[in-house]
Amino acid sequence: MADMVVYSINGPVVKVRVAQGGTVTLALLDMVYVGSNRLIGEVIAVNDTEATIQVYEATTGLSPGEAVTSSGGPQKAMLGPGLLSNIFDGIQRPLRDMISTHGLFVAVGGHFSPLSPTALWQVTPLVSPGDQVTPGMVFATCPETALIEHRSLVPPGISGTVLQVAAAGRYTINDPIVIVRDTRQVEHQLSLAQQWPIRQSRPVRKRLPLSRPLITGLRVIDTLFPLAKGGTAAIPGGFGTGKTMTQHQLAKYCDADVIIYIGCGERGNEMTQVLQEFAELIDPHTQRPLTDRTLLIANTSNMPVAAREASIYTGITLAEYYRDMGYHVAMLADSTSRWAEALREISGRLEEMPAEEGFPAYLPSRIAQFYERAGEVTTLGGSTGSISIVGAVSPQGADFSEPVTQNTKRYVRCFWALDKELAYARHYPAINWTDSYSEYLEDLQRYYSRQVDRSFTECRNRLASILQEESRLMETVKLVGADVLPDDQRLVIEVARIIRVGFLQQNAFHPQDSFVPLTKQLKMMEVILLFDALARNAVRQRIPLSQIMKSGLPEQIIRMKYEIANDEPERFDTYLEDIRTFFTKLTLDSLP
Amino acid sequence: MLQYVGLKAINGPLVVLDRVQNASYEEMVEFILEDGTRRSGRIVLLEGDRALIQVFEGAQGLSLDNTRTQLLGHPVEMPLAPELLGRTFDGAGHPIDGLGEVYAVKRTDINGKPLNPVARVYPRNFIQTGISSIDGLATLIRGQKLPIFSGAGLQHNRIAAQIVRQARLVNPSAGQEEPSAPFGIVFAAMGVKNDVADYFQRAFEATGVIQRTVMFLNLSNDPIIERILTPRAALTVAEYLAYELEMHILVIMTDLTSYCEALREFSSSKGEIPGRKGFPGYLYSDLASLYERAGIIKGKNGSITQLPILTMPNDDITHPIPDLTGYITEGQIVLDRYLDSTGIYPPLAVLDSLSRLMKDGIGEGYTRIDHAPLANQLFASYAKVQEIRALASVIGEEELAEREQLYITFGRAFERLFLGQDFQENRDIIQTLNLGWQLISLLPKEELDRVDSHLLEEYYLPDTTTLLKLP
Repeated sequence: MADMVVYSINGPVVKVRVAQGGTVTLALLDMVYVGSNRLIGEVIAVNDTEATIQVYEATTGLSPGEAVTSSGGPQKAMLGPGLLSNIFDGIQRPLRDMISTHGLFVAVGGHFSPLSPTALWQVTPLVSPGDQVTPGMVFATCPETALIEHRSLVPPGISGTVLQVAAAGRYTINDPIVIVRDTRQVEHQLSLAQQWPIRQSRPVRKRLPLSRPLITGLRVIDTLFPLAKGGTAAIPGGFGTGKTMTQHQLAKYCDADVIIYIGCGERGNEMTQVLQEFAELIDPHTQRPLTDRTLLIANTSNMPVAAREASIYTGITLAEYYRDMGYHVAMLADSTSRWAEALREISGRLEEMPAEEGFPAYLPSRIAQFYERAGEVTTLGGSTGSISIVGAVSPQGADFSEPVTQNTKRYVRCFWALDKELAYARHYPAINWTDSYSEYLEDLQRYYSRQVDRSFTECRNRLASILQEESRLMETVKLVGADVLPDDQRLVIEVARIIRVGFLQQNAFHPQDSFVPLTKQLKMMEVILLFDALARNAVRQRIPLSQIMKSGLPEQIIRMKYEIANDEPERFDTYLEDIRTFFTKLTLDSLP
Repeated sequence: MLQYVGLKAINGPLVVLDRVQNASYEEMVEFILEDGTRRSGRIVLLEGDRALIQVFEGAQGLSLDNTRTQLLGHPVEMPLAPELLGRTFDGAGHPIDGLGEVYAVKRTDINGKPLNPVARVYPRNFIQTGISSIDGLATLIRGQKLPIFSGAGLQHNRIAAQIVRQARLVNPSAGQEEPSAPFGIVFAAMGVKNDVADYFQRAFEATGVIQRTVMFLNLSNDPIIERILTPRAALTVAEYLAYELEMHILVIMTDLTSYCEALREFSSSKGEIPGRKGFPGYLYSDLASLYERAGIIKGKNGSITQLPILTMPNDDITHPIPDLTGYITEGQIVLDRYLDSTGIYPPLAVLDSLSRLMKDGIGEGYTRIDHAPLANQLFASYAKVQEIRALASVIGEEELAEREQLYITFGRAFERLFLGQDFQENRDIIQTLNLGWQLISLLPKEELDRVDSHLLEEYYLPDTTTLLKLP
């Protein structure tokens, strides 16, 4: 092969030519090593004289004429036990190991195995010699964390007869566990670790319709705008509206089996916070530290921009791997706008013709490709797994009409719009109930009526319609004040206030309010709606609204989220009783 | 050393050099003019044997044949030594205080390297600034990057000077002031007026910190391209002082808007495809490479806290510079022109201001248990004040209901007594919190829905008439 050398350098974009002239032998998306430091890069364009490479590391100090070598294939993720509880950069370099060898700053040109080659795993093989295996079949398991059993899968493309199986015992990721002979008499060694190109989605048997919610414990999401397991959601919001807070909240409390959290071009301290907090926090579903089910990818804003572009693909590939084991995976990407900006930056360096606001014309298709890797599926091995994607979007100037928000909106089915006004009033989660929507409501109706209660959806719809009516009335109030409205309309405003403050607003730091099970959410709705129904009735009988409002009952309802613990739903009955008694007495007193 | 005679082309601050050998990306170069004066530059693009070089001092006076160029074999570096303290440099890191060159212990690439997120310590030590609105509502934490979003003519410099004078690490929950570790200031002026640099110099002198201050001055009439180096040189010094000499460093950078404009000028002369408002598409990454250099590192006693100042063009917070900054920094302190015009100092726009690290550095064990709920309540109630003011501007204040009138009273008192304070006034955090409770007690108890009932019982003041009589 002819010697390839660096020809030009422009930030992360490097062009490569053959030293003696001639054709470059690289293929598109090949991973290459650039220069004497062996910086990692990826081929993004090839023509008859040169190849263009985006380099995942800082190119300072690189000179034209330095050698470039190919790795012989595309950028791959390494899959195997040891991924969970770990933290990687955008191209899957383990950040913890990097400290011990390269110090406190991110190394340039350092090469690391993503998974420890020496760690021993307690492996139980599940196949025996003579068995037929097909792609996606589990051939061995090992406990990866106390929470997650790692299921080693026969890689796609390999099937045949098992020749040899290692005895149960402790093995490293590279030790052969099973040897398979395929129909062409080729032998394949299967070990705990395997690789998969990050830009290619892993095959599945069938996509399934979505039917169960990803339960988050956040009332505004679970009740008003639910996300299905296998669904996609976007959280757009200007800075300071709580995107990251909401993402952290989902990572902590949602009922997925595995969480993949991608800090894509965001703050370093936020990743540190996740690392610290998740080690201390206990998962409400399993009573184990959250790190047991979490995998972090941190490509902070000051780390190389091309690796930021890759981090999203690395993350989704790891998510697919756990999905194929039959787990429900939630992938949280904060923030997809930074990823889109990385695309724009590389595109600009390539001098491509820009479309909207300097973004490349292929932005929509890239966003679509990413979100389409979500879904609930029957895996090749026959089990059911899912990937739900929640992507934060950071619109420039908090303007939702910018290209990333608009294109994301086209490909997600759940839109949680964060609102600056709500954030100003410290109403968290600052999810605006008029701009947000979820297309999963209908898909999930069956689940809610079977698993929670028949009345759940109806309660939800009544709550939503009161909020809708309030926002219509507020148009008038803004012009003339609330005092001139008749009592029945003022009642709507008062009940809406109870819903806003007592139900939608949730205190992430209060032990009883950070995660709320669906049963408590339902009970809270019932209390509010009973109050609404009886108060309407009273107002219809010409009882002044002020008498109802000064009773202290509304304040009591607003505080019920703190007063009633998550595990004592029976105490809601006293609230319901109190409300009934109050209104009965009120009606009796008002009789002539 | 090998010298290249002549240049291939000159375009604004960029020059092209031909037939270069062994050049490396971002390598530093030196130009020697006919009269012996020297200029410095940096390679920003390499293509085969041709190099595009950015000239820091500007290319005026250069011609295609009067210039000799030599490659220095290393990227732009800053000499580092403990003797840096008390010195003043120009924007590119050359001493301008007449005290001679720095005898360097080491030299470091000013671009720095990204810090491994695993090596960071999550910052959670409360810094008391003595300014109620900041301590109470947008608390500064050691190791944080908290910018001041200001406008032309607002008093951001005064606020920064007051913070420098009053800032100390306290922990009232532990009952005492912590012993002060060595503390220092790195000041980077980018494109500011001479008066501003002077003002800070005098403020540092008055506070007695001038001997522990390193100043970098790129004033408004200094070379623009040099401005791109100024914050990097300053942060390199800050990193050295914080992580090698283990000092607590406060970095004040002003004005980031001028920095970004310099970047835009450079980008457009390089012919790059512009993003929003002509700023380069990589503005976010570029700003992040500055702001992310704040923090605390595991196993080191020092820290870097950043207080960048930027003036929002036309007071527009959605302009790309404040917008992208807000997405990177850990909150922002926003100044308000209306409050300023009513004579309230510091004119802090309460609702826009935010400190992201506040939630973990306040409350029990840090300040006082009621801090977070009180702050939330003040935010919520003040947001309500704004709503009611909007209504009052339509229907008139007299037409407001009684409860709404109370909010108007609260709003006025809050702005005058809580936000407003004297430049010399240093309120400790307990004073600030107690003042907050006094003010919030102007509202009826049932309006306070962000505070737990037991806190209300402990802190709510039933009688606030004395407060209203205050001047």
